[in-house]
Order: sequence, then C-alpha cells, then structure tokens
Amino acid sequence: MSEILPMSLLPSLLAAYDRERENLIPLLQKMQESFHCLSPETVKAVADHLHLSENDVYGVATFYSQIRFIPPGRHHIRVCDGTACHVRGSDRILEAVEKSTGVQPGQTSEDGSFSVERVACFGSCALAPVMVVDDKVFGRMTGTATRKLIEGKE
Amino acid sequence: MSFASIQQTAKEEWRQFEQYDRRRVLVGSATCGRAAGSQEVLRAFKKELITNNLLNQTDLYEVGCMGLCYAEVLVELRGTDGQRVLYQGVTPKDVSHLVESHLINNQIHKPLALAVVTSEFNGELPEFSELPFSKPQVRIVLRNCGIIDPTNVNHYIARGGYNGLARAVTLTQDQVIEEIKESGLRGRGGAGFPTGIKWAFARNVADEKKYVICNADEGDPGAFMDRSVLEGDPHAVLEGLVIAGYAIGANTGYVYCRAEYPLAVNRLTGAIAQMHEHGLLGQNIMGSGFSFEIHIKKGAGAFVCGEETSLMQSIEGKRAMPKPKPPFPAVSGLFGKPTNINNVETLAAVSAIMERGAAWYAGYGTEKSRGTKTFALAGKINRTGLIEVPLGTSLRTIIEEIGGGVPEGKKLKAVQTGGPSGGCIPDSFIESPVDYEHLAEVGSIMGSGGMIVIDEESCMVDMARYFLTFTENESCGKCAPCRMGTQHLLKILTDITEGRGEPSDLEKLRQIGATMRNGSLCGLGQTAANPVLTTLKYYEEEYLAHITDKKCPAGVCRDLIDFTIDVDQCTGCGACVLACPVNAIHGARKESHYIDKQMCIRCGSCRQACKFEAVLVI
Repeated sequence: MSEILPMSLLPSLLAAYDRERENLIPLLQKMQESFHCLSPETVKAVADHLHLSENDVYGVATFYSQIRFIPPGRHHIRVCDGTACHVRGSDRILEAVEKSTGVQPGQTSEDGSFSVERVACFGSCALAPVMVVDDKVFGRMTGTATRKLIEGKE
Repeated sequence: MSFASIQQTAKEEWRQFEQYDRRRVLVGSATCGRAAGSQEVLRAFKKELITNNLLNQTDLYEVGCMGLCYAEVLVELRGTDGQRVLYQGVTPKDVSHLVESHLINNQIHKPLALAVVTSEFNGELPEFSELPFSKPQVRIVLRNCGIIDPTNVNHYIARGGYNGLARAVTLTQDQVIEEIKESGLRGRGGAGFPTGIKWAFARNVADEKKYVICNADEGDPGAFMDRSVLEGDPHAVLEGLVIAGYAIGANTGYVYCRAEYPLAVNRLTGAIAQMHEHGLLGQNIMGSGFSFEIHIKKGAGAFVCGEETSLMQSIEGKRAMPKPKPPFPAVSGLFGKPTNINNVETLAAVSAIMERGAAWYAGYGTEKSRGTKTFALAGKINRTGLIEVPLGTSLRTIIEEIGGGVPEGKKLKAVQTGGPSGGCIPDSFIESPVDYEHLAEVGSIMGSGGMIVIDEESCMVDMARYFLTFTENESCGKCAPCRMGTQHLLKILTDITEGRGEPSDLEKLRQIGATMRNGSLCGLGQTAANPVLTTLKYYEEEYLAHITDKKCPAGVCRDLIDFTIDVDQCTGCGACVLACPVNAIHGARKESHYIDKQMCIRCGSCRQACKFEAVLVI
C-alpha cells in the first residue's frame, strides 16, 4: 500500500476531476487510495466539489464494499471464500485467522497491526484455499500454515 | 499510416518473435501465474541469463494465461535449435537447470517438461495440442491467450487482429448485425440472449447519442474467464466493442471492470493508448468516417453491478440498484440514452466472427447453442484451469478428459455451474451435453462459466447455505422478494446445518424460492434461490438427514458431526496433535491417540493432517 498523503493535498487531488456526478465513484476511490480510508472531512470535500449533499455521497460510499471508513491494519489479511476455496476448506483458514489475530472480518485490531477481510473470489482457484497478506498470495493453505504465517508477522 | 502498412509492420515483428534461431523465454504471468510466483521466476531467469551472458541473445516475455492453472508457473522455452517446450510447476530454483539444459545445451529438462509446442520436433514428449487437457478444446475467445505478448498490439494485429473491424467498417450497420445474427452468437454473460437481435434493438432506436458497454464486472465466485481474456488478449475485447459501437451507431464505449482486477485494468488502459496510436480509436477510424472513444470505469465491489441496469447506475455515480424493465437499455439506458451492453467473452467472440465469418463460427456447437464457451474449471478436480470447448461437449469430456477427474480417487458428486445464480448438476447427468438448453433442463444455468467440481466430501446443504450467504450479502435491498427472501432462505439453511431444522422447512424453502423467482426485480433475486432449489430437487435425502437424524452425511456441518480416532489405524505419529489448534488430542507417542470431545471444535485440522486416514467422522 502506498504512503498516506498529507491532507493538504486534498484540493489538488479534487481539482483533477470535472464536477460531474459520473466522477463520484472514481473520486471516492482516489480519496481511499490517497488517505487509506474515507473520513467525514474527505466526504464533505467530495460532496462540495461535485455539488452533491454529504448524505448523497455517504449513500453511495456505503453501498460499495470496496469503500472503507476504518483504516486498514499494518498487515491486511484477505481470506478468499470463493466457491473453489469453500469446497477446499476456506472456513478453516478464516477461523485460524480470527483466532490468531483476534480480529473479525471487516475489522482492524485495536493496536492497528491486523485487519481482516473476507473476499468473494481472487480468481486464483487453482491454488485454493487462498489467502492474501499485504498483497502477497498464499495458496493451498491449511489451518496450521495460516497460524504460522500470522505468528511470523506479529 | 494505413491499416495495410500497420499490418505489414506487425507481421514483420511477429516473424521476428517467432523466428527460430533466437532463444526465447515466455512466462505465464496472468493473475493466476503471479499468485503461483511467476514474477519471482521471471526475475530468476533474468539473473541467470545475465550470469551466463545470454541476456542479449534471449527474448524474455510475459504472456497471458494458457489455461493450465494446475501447472503454474508455466514457462515456454525455445533454444537455438528452435525446439519449443512447455515446462510446468517452475520455481525460481529450477531456473538454473532450465537455462543450462534447454537454453545452453538444447536439451529438454525432463523432470519439468510437459509438452512440445511445435510438432516438427516431436520426440519423446507429447505435443501440446494432443494432451488430454488440450485435445477437446477449441480456442476462439482464448485464441491469443498465452501466445502473444498482451501489451503489444502488433502481436494481436499479426495474428489477424483488427481485420474484423476493417471488414466491419466496409459493411453497412445492418450487414454487420446480420452477420452476428447468422453466427448464432448468444450473450456469454449468463442469460444467453442472441447478440445480433440485441444489437438490432439498439440500432433501431433513433437518437444521436448512443452508448455501448462492455460488462467486465465478473463477480461470480469461482469464475475467472473474463479476467484471463482481459489480461491475456485485451485487444480482442476492445475490437469487439468498437464493432458493436459501429453496428448500433454509438460513438462512446465504456468498459466497466471489476476493481479486484488491477492487472486487467492496466492492460486495458495500455491497449486503448495503442489503439489511439494506430488510428483504431478516435476520429475517422480506418478512413471510414466512423469515430469512437472508449472509457474505463472501475467497479467498487458490488456483485449486483453484473446486472445491466445496476451497472449503468454505477457508471452514472449512483448506488447500483436495478431499474424495472421496460424501458429496456436499448431504449433508455446509460444517461437515459439507447445503450447496448455485452459481456467480455461475447465481444471477444464478435471480433473473431467479423474476421472469419458467421458460417465458420456457427460450424461449432449445437443447433441452438452455436460456437464455443469458456469455463473456469475448479474445485475438486485434478487439472484446474481455464478451458474453451464447443457448446454441446459432454460434462464427462470436460470433467474426466480435460480436467483429469476427481483427485485422490474420490467420487464425483455434482458439478456446480452458474455460480450463485446457478445450480448443482448431479453426477448422474454426466453424459449431458453442456449447452443452454440442457443446463436449463436440469435446473441449472450456463451462467458466465464457473464450473466447480464437488466430490463426496462436500455437503449439498452447506453448498446452498454458502451461496445464500453470498447473495444475502450482495442483495442491494431495493425489492422485498430478494431482500427478505435471501435473509429467510439463509436463516432456514443455517438452522438446518446447525441442527435446528424442522420437517416443514423444506416446503418453506420451496415457497420462498418460487416467490423470489417470480417477484424479484432483477436477475440477482430471480435466480438467488436456484442453488437451494436444485440441491433440494436432487439431494432431498441429504436435507432430511440433517433435519430428522441430525447428521451430516458428508461430514461437513460441524454441529452435526464428531471426530474420533480409529485405534487400529493410528500409529501415534503425533501429526494431529501438532495440527490441533485447541490441544484437544492426547496420547503417548507411538501409541494410539484420542480426541477430547469436550474440547474439540470440529475444525477438521486433525483429519487433514493425518496420513493414515485414522481420523474418522461420525
């Protein structure tokens, strides 16, 4: 993941987008990429830029699962629960992740070290069950291997 | 520059790429290859070639997916004698051996060799096209995947690319539509509506502004066909989109691509820039007077965007909720204008059809289901991969010949097609031809092409619960039958898998399913009950075992099973003790162990760890 940008860059990031509603989702994605998650401040800035109400922007932002309001942890763990992974035991992997990190899917640990996400499919079905830690793919996982992997990150 | 001279340059470049006296390394680097470590292998090749002072005499390329996911990382090597060999399961530590034997000594490195690519050097290795995996396949949509460098438009052009567009712009709009109608092509996104007829609808609405959209929001879990095409051959799809634009009279196209596919977005962006450079996009394309622009939109993670009206709402920057039809998109679609929307695979077929003609394409497949279809073959199967077969090929050919059957001698139980909108086809239908009609007959759908093989160790009630967990989560909530129906189905299925099921539940499932099918606004809700209804149709006894006997015959549903150790089989090796996350297994070394049932969380780790099949499910 790229470094968090300083908030002072917000106006110049917005300026690159025309004031068209069509740009709402691209803008939200840009905000998330730049600041790692959305905040009341960025939502207001986007709403003002596109002449929309904040309410409207929240409505769209919360509809899409990619858009976050909580910053991800230092290690972002994504467990695939696609069909191929499911039949090859992805629930055991998710359970091992939850146990080792104490974090439920969609949450970030209090100390900010881990965040966990359950994802529908990475399309790496040949390697099922799959998990992705900090953008690196780990295939053919087992509960034991998952626990070892996470212990190594702590 | 005229298209003819572009073709000339491209052919020359391709000739050099294919020329025999230069060493060449092709590394399969689509997402699946990368997940298996292709980038590390690529770096290892670079390093090894530098060490041997061969980097200047070797071409090193990343190519798309050849479809053999089970064999990744897949590398094709060509030595100075021109012999081209595919190597499978390559890791960075194999690279020095491969360079030494194949690239320096022109010797095949046997331990990893899978097949030879060119028949003229046939020796002890089988030919690639003769492998059981390849033989029944016909690659039209995947014609270039894994063969060309997807970042090089000249490779695409040299292999016939943009010939279809060049031909289309010399025809009238109606002639192009007629050609697509004659080919018999049907929408490959799931519903199977005839593409030519769909185009004619949008063509016949008069408006000066129209749109065409490529639906690349491939959301079905377990489906990755579109991703592979976009990553391995982006121009095939974009050419199809320009042809669609020409046929209906649109000057603007959108590709709506899933955000989870960053590599595909990259490849599309690069491809669009190359099209501009070559005059294949922009004003007056190929001197025809036709102008066209393409924009890419990244999705933001909503499965319902696969539905066309939702997708258009999302492009407009709104919550992606479907709209009632009519009006159909052909009349009032994106920004209220006539819009035609096609799936990735459909458009990749369009470019091939315009190049080679309707009759050629219609020569494949069955009478009502013409042409070929790609499938992502995964689950409990030996050769997972991306395949393309003529429609009408039997399930047996796909599962047993191409896929190599179920691993570890287990028994095939069912094949799931169509993802969360589809159903499970029981093993008794293995001789069924795979086409739109036959799949509908058994209660499933073609869907976008995910094909998940299920063996005897999977519980069908759990499968239904799995898909409903997905659709319940992804239901947009606009219409009540889908929003409430998915919630209730999921609750009932969860109760059954956790031992709280009642006999009356089965009737409730059927009734709710029927209501959702009839009353939901869009395809998501109309088909969400399919996984429940088909499993109920073919595996009712498995549901009853959960409800009346409180047992899960497949040994999956945790609240209904117990693990125990077979004292005769247990060798006391201790593998299960190490695997158990809650220290519930006890016993002295080299003596048989036992499981403390109070502590056991029934995760099954011990069963997976045991090499002697001593852990039993009761």
